[in-house]
Amino acid sequence: MSTLSDARTTPATRPEPAKSRRIKGHKTRNFIGAFGGYVWLAVIILPIYYIVITSLRPQDGFYSSNQLVPPSAPTLSQYALVLQSDFFLYLANSAIVTVVSVAVTVAVSLGAAYAVVRSQTRFTKLGFSIFLVGLAVPLQATIIPLFYMMSKVGLYDSLMALILPSIGFAIPLTVLVLSNFLRDLPNELFESMRVDGASNWRILISLVTPLSRPALITVIIYDALTVWNGFLFPLVLTQSPDKRTLPLSLWTFQGQFSVNVPATLAAVVLSTLPIFALYLVGRRQLVAGITAGFGK
Amino acid sequence: MSSSTIKSGGVRKRPTGVGAPSGWYMAPALGIFALFALVPLVVALWLSFTTWDAISSPVFVGGANWATVLADRGTWHALGLTLEVVALSWLVQTPISLLLGVFVAGTQKYRALLAAIYFLPLILSSAAIGLAFKAILDPNFGLGASVGVSWLKQNWLGSPSLILPVVVFIIAWQFVPLHTLLYQGGVRQIPASLYEAAQIDGASRVQQFFSITLPQLRYTLITSSTLMITGSLTYFDVVFVLTGGVPSSAINILPIDMYVTGFSAAQFGTASVLAIILAVIGLAISLVLTKFSGFNRMSSQQEGA
Repeated sequence: MSTLSDARTTPATRPEPAKSRRIKGHKTRNFIGAFGGYVWLAVIILPIYYIVITSLRPQDGFYSSNQLVPPSAPTLSQYALVLQSDFFLYLANSAIVTVVSVAVTVAVSLGAAYAVVRSQTRFTKLGFSIFLVGLAVPLQATIIPLFYMMSKVGLYDSLMALILPSIGFAIPLTVLVLSNFLRDLPNELFESMRVDGASNWRILISLVTPLSRPALITVIIYDALTVWNGFLFPLVLTQSPDKRTLPLSLWTFQGQFSVNVPATLAAVVLSTLPIFALYLVGRRQLVAGITAGFGK
Repeated sequence: MSSSTIKSGGVRKRPTGVGAPSGWYMAPALGIFALFALVPLVVALWLSFTTWDAISSPVFVGGANWATVLADRGTWHALGLTLEVVALSWLVQTPISLLLGVFVAGTQKYRALLAAIYFLPLILSSAAIGLAFKAILDPNFGLGASVGVSWLKQNWLGSPSLILPVVVFIIAWQFVPLHTLLYQGGVRQIPASLYEAAQIDGASRVQQFFSITLPQLRYTLITSSTLMITGSLTYFDVVFVLTGGVPSSAINILPIDMYVTGFSAAQFGTASVLAIILAVIGLAISLVLTKFSGFNRMSSQQEGA
């Protein structure tokens, strides 16, 4: 009966912040769920474990050892090999493409979300519908025309050719998430600023931007992840080695080091490290944001 | 932080329109999006009526490409494979992510840690995942070959009957975490009072799942399914990397078929037909699904929880 009284003490009507909300009062432990949960944990971890320990293996003797056992003499030589092959150039390219794309995406999407939420004109309603439909435009279906368009305007094989469509494809979801968030800001805040004589621009800068911080962080991380990991745009829209981004460099690396599995996996690890660092910093916001961004 | 004030819920006054921001605030986003996501669809449609080899100028040929593509058995094979991947992905990922989402939303220990680990595949690029699984599944040098279990030592990527399930598995590995998160969020929004009432009525855990959790998650189910289906329609990166850029006909899904026809065979007109087919299917599916989802509701999705 202790569980019952426990459940009674849970305030049911007042929604708490999502973090602390739990379903209480189950009498039995969820053994089936726990079993399934841990099985999936193994499914997730095993490949990651394999990637990391293999990247630390020396190349000779790699094939003969049991690959689930960590190497007896771990070496960083594969990492050294990867770092010598223009890794930092690819890193810089990825960083430039990601930072510029995300900055522009978020800036223009915030303006759009502000207009969607605060002015219910036919134009903004139509625009919002277009973004909603746009969510479903398959990136793959546009790759040939983008290749054609970029060649026509002379942007083919430039970082700009990656940045522009990356922004285009990030905008719909960013607008959606931001407008879902802005919609919940109290009307009174806008009105009081209006009474004080603030312009829309002023309101956007001094009210909307600071208040949307949680949603902004979410879309920044999410967009950064998508752009950083993009593969098809770099594959199709660039050609020269000095325009390669990290994911594409993995692909070319595979050709170069096809027999050196540890080196290939070291490259995989290295290409993931920057985004992993970002993940460690922003995980909570990202997770909360994805959940909230898509609604119930 | 500010979340408690924001989610105050209830009646929200619509802005009056006086002094509201003009549509120009939307123009830059709409412009860039249209130019690089919508205009290409129109260009693809135009290219589908031309022959273009990426060197000379496109030449208008009328419906010839369409006739070729629609008469080609390869197209229908690719389309069938694509739909198979979509259906299998949905069937595999939905139960797993639904159950995991419910599990992770519970109160067990280490929940946060578990959720953090579940999430990891999402930060890996498809190229990284493709390369990693290529190494793991290698019949001679991979994991299966080295641990001494003969069943694991199969030509996972080379065998026509194995490659499709393998791809579906890897896709699940990559995307179940995202959908788990969505379901976790959905479960957290179910009012605890429903469970308390059921508990008093003596409903078992399984009964509670089917009569409370599942019905309450219907919008999450639709959202997740929409993302899953439109996403799996367009899998490219993992398959491309996994097969070293020369996919066999056993995994020649539509986006791959399009890429190979265009960029390997330099038949961009024909490939554009495939691009249009891909776009039409994607838009159609998601239009149907979003009819049922909360996406097109202009109101806050917090209401009516």
